[in-house]
Amino acid sequence: MNKAYLGIDIGSISTKGVVIDENNEIKAKEYLWTEGNPIGAVKRLLSILKDQLDQEQYQVVAVGTTGSARKLIGVVTEATVVKNEITAHAIGTTSLYPEVRTIFEIGGQDSKIILIENGIVVDYAMNTLCAAGTGAFLSSQAHRLGVGVEEFGKLALTSKKPTQIAARCTVFAESDLVHKAQIGHKKEDIIAGLCKSVVSNYLNNVGKGKKILPPIVFQGGVSKNEGVKKAFEYATGYPVIVDPNGHLTGALGVAVLAKKSKVEKEFTFDIASIEFTTQGAECGKCSNNCEIICVYREDELIDAWGNKCEKGAIKKAIA
Amino acid sequence: MAKYKVSFPQLGNYYVPLEVLFTEGLGVEYIIPPPITKRTLEIGSRYSPDSVCAPFKYTLGNFIETIEAGANTLVQAGGVCRLGYYGELDEQILRDLGYEVRFVNLAKAQISKPYTFYNYFKEINPDLSLNKIAQILPVALQMVQYIDEFEDYIRKNIGFEEEQGSFTSVHQDFLAELRQVRTKQELKKTYHKYGKYLKEIKVQIPQNPLRVGIVGEYYTIMEPFSNHYMEKELAQMGIVVDRWMNVTNSLLHRPQKKDKERIKHYAKYNMGATSMFTIDKALEFAKKGYDGIIHVKSSGCTPEIDAMPVLQNISADYKIPVLYFSFDSQTSDIGIQTRLEAFYDMIMMRKEN
Repeated sequence: MNKAYLGIDIGSISTKGVVIDENNEIKAKEYLWTEGNPIGAVKRLLSILKDQLDQEQYQVVAVGTTGSARKLIGVVTEATVVKNEITAHAIGTTSLYPEVRTIFEIGGQDSKIILIENGIVVDYAMNTLCAAGTGAFLSSQAHRLGVGVEEFGKLALTSKKPTQIAARCTVFAESDLVHKAQIGHKKEDIIAGLCKSVVSNYLNNVGKGKKILPPIVFQGGVSKNEGVKKAFEYATGYPVIVDPNGHLTGALGVAVLAKKSKVEKEFTFDIASIEFTTQGAECGKCSNNCEIICVYREDELIDAWGNKCEKGAIKKAIA
Repeated sequence: MAKYKVSFPQLGNYYVPLEVLFTEGLGVEYIIPPPITKRTLEIGSRYSPDSVCAPFKYTLGNFIETIEAGANTLVQAGGVCRLGYYGELDEQILRDLGYEVRFVNLAKAQISKPYTFYNYFKEINPDLSLNKIAQILPVALQMVQYIDEFEDYIRKNIGFEEEQGSFTSVHQDFLAELRQVRTKQELKKTYHKYGKYLKEIKVQIPQNPLRVGIVGEYYTIMEPFSNHYMEKELAQMGIVVDRWMNVTNSLLHRPQKKDKERIKHYAKYNMGATSMFTIDKALEFAKKGYDGIIHVKSSGCTPEIDAMPVLQNISADYKIPVLYFSFDSQTSDIGIQTRLEAFYDMIMMRKEN
């Protein structure tokens, strides 16, 4: 029996999972939509990974979770490592490209830039208040233009004269786009223009003041969009690497971290059949009314969080 | 009005010296503003112009909460940015909402010239005794400095306390006892007594701990709720947290020209409000070899936005990472935690390297 490590990255839009072996080689992988239900998505993810993995040969001995639902899924899967997605992405990328200097990452709701020197993260930034120019925006605009989001990038590449689209924020970009379409700009030009505006928004906000050096690796769901990749190459003047597994880098990174942690806890895929529920409760013990989330496994409280002070602490039923 | 029940918006723990000053010096009842909570922000946002900065939303919300708690006289301070106009705006909004309270706007008084406050104090209570103010004012000002000194020590040590909660408990007792203080002698005694307790708390600070300096805009940096209790989060990760910004340093012992001299390679002209302090202190943290700097501000705070490119230059020159936070009325912590955790991982990995 060989040891294997499971990494799960549960983002707002998509849920990713990989199982790796001792040599960081991917033995099972899956990418699916979160659909606003992280627990449900992870159950589906696990049943697919289970089918892919040769269980005669591999035993998962540690689980790592990352992404915005990392805490919740960490509790559900009894993960040994629960890590933020910035670190997870950096680790995942450097495990594939040790020489990397700059990571561009655009996901469903957020985008980040990570600068690396000698395999160490030296600086990073992440969008704060505004989610303009992320995957969710692109897919809503693809829908508006009647184009599948998967076709988006290919169409952009056919444009000879990208339309100028405002990049300041989603709302401006959207109204600009609508106006340009109504006065007769070609669809492929608008799409190419949109890809350019996503890139200029990214470089002006997240990338502001950061020294971008090659090799550059571009990842996250949006990296699958060839139009955006090309716009990045044009804007930076450097080639941009997109790994075939680029959308799985966060999951890969946290699997690597789970391996490195040396903490082991055998994992069986059977949680797919266990009932997990969450329940929100307003604390009510002061006017802050912290929203406390309680997580139950088959009616048994397994964890709770969200309280800002001790007054709102809910004791775990199990230690 | 039968009795003056006065209040001033909540900022950190400065309600303690304010209470002493108002009750003893001005002879009015002081309504301690309720702590800032989600509700404060909710009310404040509801009645504020949307694009106004978050500190306005917090203070407006807090004014309404103090009125609900019984205040009939509200005092607002001035400032060297948009804050200078906020008093008028607060007053107008509260009037439009139908609150019948007196509003005293200190915007025109100058902290460097204490006598300019007299006319405004007179507005708060026309029967005030100058003698009493003259007696209590130095006590209140000294109290501010002691509180700031304590909190500075706590920020640097709380992440390493052997017994969880020791610092918080001494801090709370100290503040509670300060509220009873009326003379310089009592103040000194309390200060020494609790100073001793503070030093007695056992801490285990590693040889070369991670050190992070916080810089940024006046309100957001000092009101813990508005920065999502960032200092506490950092301390819990085992980080020495340093921040220069407080009332003592920025108002009572305001650096006059030295800071401009120190940062002349980075910024020639004053960009207003707290921007020069931000640059000066970021440079100091960088020179001292801190592991990272965190810049906090409310969204849309222009002086601090102007300081950001300068911080980027400092970051490049001294190879020190700077994490930027811009807060408005969001109350979810998850995004902030993600960024702080990643920041911790980064400075940790840099150090180990």
